[in-house]
Amino acid sequence: MTQHASPPRDDTPKMSPMEGPSPWRALTARADVRTLSLLGVLAALIIIGGITKPDQFLDTRNLQLVLTQASVIGVVTVGMTFVIVSGGIDLSVGAIVALASVWATTVATQEFGFLGILFTSVIVGVGCGLVNGMLIAYGAMVPFIATLAMLASARGLALQITDGSTQVVTVQSVLDLGGRDSYILGIPPLVMVFAVVTVIGWLLLNRTTFGRRTVAVGGNAEAARLAGIDVRRQRLYLYLLSGLCCGIAAFLLVVLSGSGQNTNGNLYELDAIAAAIIGGTLLSGGRGTIVGSVLGVLIFTTITNIFALNNLQSDVQQIAKGAIIVAAVLVQRRTAHTT
Amino acid sequence: MASEPPLLTMSGITKSFPGVRALDGVDLDVQPGEVHCLLGQNGAGKSTLIKVLAGAHQPDSGTINWRGAPVTLRSPIAAMRLGIATIYQELDLVEGLSVAENVYLGHEPTAAGFVVRRKGARASTAALLKRLGHPEIDPARLVGDLSAAHQQIVSMARALSHDVRLIVMDEPSAALDPDEVDNLFRIVGDLTADGVAVIYISHRLEEIRRIGDRVTVLKDGRAVAGGLPAKSTPTREVVALMTGRNVEYVFPERPVHDALPDPVLEVKGLAREGEFAPLDLTLRPGEIVGLAGLVGSGRSEILETIYGARKPTAGQVLVEGRRLKPGSVRDAVRAGLGLAPEERKAQALLMLESVTRNVSVSSMSRFSYGGWLDRSGEREAALKATRELSLRPDNPSVPVRTLSGGNQQKAVLARWLLRGCRVLLLDEPTRGVDVGARAELYAVIRRLADEGLAVLLVSSEVPEVLGLADRVLVLREGQVVHTAPAQELDEPRVLDLVMEGTPAS
Repeated sequence: MTQHASPPRDDTPKMSPMEGPSPWRALTARADVRTLSLLGVLAALIIIGGITKPDQFLDTRNLQLVLTQASVIGVVTVGMTFVIVSGGIDLSVGAIVALASVWATTVATQEFGFLGILFTSVIVGVGCGLVNGMLIAYGAMVPFIATLAMLASARGLALQITDGSTQVVTVQSVLDLGGRDSYILGIPPLVMVFAVVTVIGWLLLNRTTFGRRTVAVGGNAEAARLAGIDVRRQRLYLYLLSGLCCGIAAFLLVVLSGSGQNTNGNLYELDAIAAAIIGGTLLSGGRGTIVGSVLGVLIFTTITNIFALNNLQSDVQQIAKGAIIVAAVLVQRRTAHTT
Repeated sequence: MASEPPLLTMSGITKSFPGVRALDGVDLDVQPGEVHCLLGQNGAGKSTLIKVLAGAHQPDSGTINWRGAPVTLRSPIAAMRLGIATIYQELDLVEGLSVAENVYLGHEPTAAGFVVRRKGARASTAALLKRLGHPEIDPARLVGDLSAAHQQIVSMARALSHDVRLIVMDEPSAALDPDEVDNLFRIVGDLTADGVAVIYISHRLEEIRRIGDRVTVLKDGRAVAGGLPAKSTPTREVVALMTGRNVEYVFPERPVHDALPDPVLEVKGLAREGEFAPLDLTLRPGEIVGLAGLVGSGRSEILETIYGARKPTAGQVLVEGRRLKPGSVRDAVRAGLGLAPEERKAQALLMLESVTRNVSVSSMSRFSYGGWLDRSGEREAALKATRELSLRPDNPSVPVRTLSGGNQQKAVLARWLLRGCRVLLLDEPTRGVDVGARAELYAVIRRLADEGLAVLLVSSEVPEVLGLADRVLVLREGQVVHTAPAQELDEPRVLDLVMEGTPAS
């Protein structure tokens, strides 16, 4: 075996950026190239928006709107990122958002006021996550199948509850939360919730044993098991977490729209997966970043906004989104080859 | 045979994968109508060699001559067109298709160029199956519904559906019952009588004696012996070629134990049906016990069952008198067991992660304050553990995949050192480890034992077991055939036991 030459050759270039004295190199080593390029894409989009529609795009109200829209899908994406990092997938997020939002806005629930709506959203989300998690972790079902079944049943249940009608929120405190008067220093409360979820998600993934176990399960489930990690319990927690995020997102959506509809959260699963993927999370698991996912969400939401302001139809938006996903994955594969 | 030109001559075949040189200048020649056996341990390069021959891998260098003319096997189809068929160990059949569809997959008899002539395919499949001695297999049945033995027959029928001159069989007898093996040998005999050559891969020397003409032995990607007579080469010589070393190893000195403490690990009647027979074993702190045996003797299965990664069908494992929950890795780890598995990359390492994270993964609760990780404490502890084992480079933040095999193994050992484990289960600890780095690893293992760890060591390299262990259990086909202090055994004696299984007198 002629292996002795290989290790030094491999680690010299990797060690140097960490030890390099230049602050720029230290920064690029920390925030990796992908995060910087996502920031670059976002900056380019903002410039495009500013040039094409200078008055409307850069208007404070429009920026507030973009961030508010990003909040709902953003919270879902944070949960989705954890699931994908663990090597799983959650196709039911959109349906859970729909079910939680309609359950939280039934006449019966609304009698309990603000807390009733909040509590119901979260509990329904967590409950659906629990079912997903049990089926996957202890029922040994493939995540794709289990969450696909949840997608179908949760949507069906949501339709059954509403009978297709829009359930208008009559609780004034909930409606107020979505109004401009509730903004603090110009920041909508919904955006603050998104920010808090992002920060907690980042800490959870990067600074806790929970995050470490998630990465280990996604990177090599067999090795994690043989290292003494309870892989099944970890999987259960991960789908619970995703359900919790869906419950929070459902509440945000109820606040934002002042209603609950069974069509809520349509195709959120695809948007969340796409945002996580372009953010640099490996679909095969074992690697992912919350920052990347959030940037992915912001990029998608900004594109939608710019296209809408320029009166471009949603079909063009869809094509642009598809192109971005393909480009991001190609870049991802290239960087994977070089490391 | 010498008068005829060889059917196949492979010379100087080299093939590297990232980090491994799988084949290092292998020569192989095959005569028409002969059964040429390939022998070698796992990882010796047999699979890579036959994949090169099947066109599935492209060699980095070397030449292949087929019937006197140089050829390039660019793809499996190219190899098949020449008349080289391969029957892989993991059968490459499509379970959702019928027997006939599988046999003619990719070269279906067609009418008008694209309409599959199902009847024609079924009739000729039936003829092939009859020739193979299995007329009872219905060509219309789904392959997924067949037994493993019948699937193998289908695989063979597929090989014969081509105009084949050379069939490569990768451990064809592994999944077969004894009478099915007899049938296999009859088929091999028929084929060779027709002038078809067979490359036969097996671990079972008695099979090679029965049907082989010549033997080539691979070790560490090299052909250490080519074209030995299969029937007359002494067993000992063949096995020594397979397992033997060209280098003398320095083993650490064995300490003299006056009295060892009470056993830390007791295994009582532990068994897994079909894998290994009831096993009793005690392990004391400071002691290294070796399990010697060939591939398939149940070595890894025993370790993994003790560790809880496989559920035993009988028996129990006790650590310091406490019975472990059967089939629970977590319970075993909590009780102080640690496993360095055979397949390091697949079973132990998080290849995308740093050395630190690989080392700390089993001890995370120690650095956790209510789930919050103390990352500097983690880093320091990992650094301390890796330094203790002189892991190179001396920087645990590098990704574990950049490490050499020996240092990756040290990362796994550091994991259990940090965890503070008391029983270390080592499965082929020097697999894929540089010759130069092995002695260092041996010293590390002995030092860990001296510090009070109990070590259970599995190795297919007999000198390694004899040199490192205090006590040796010899395994053959899932059964302990001999137990003795290592000093009372020598390599030929162990090889005899491993091959023939004659219990000690």
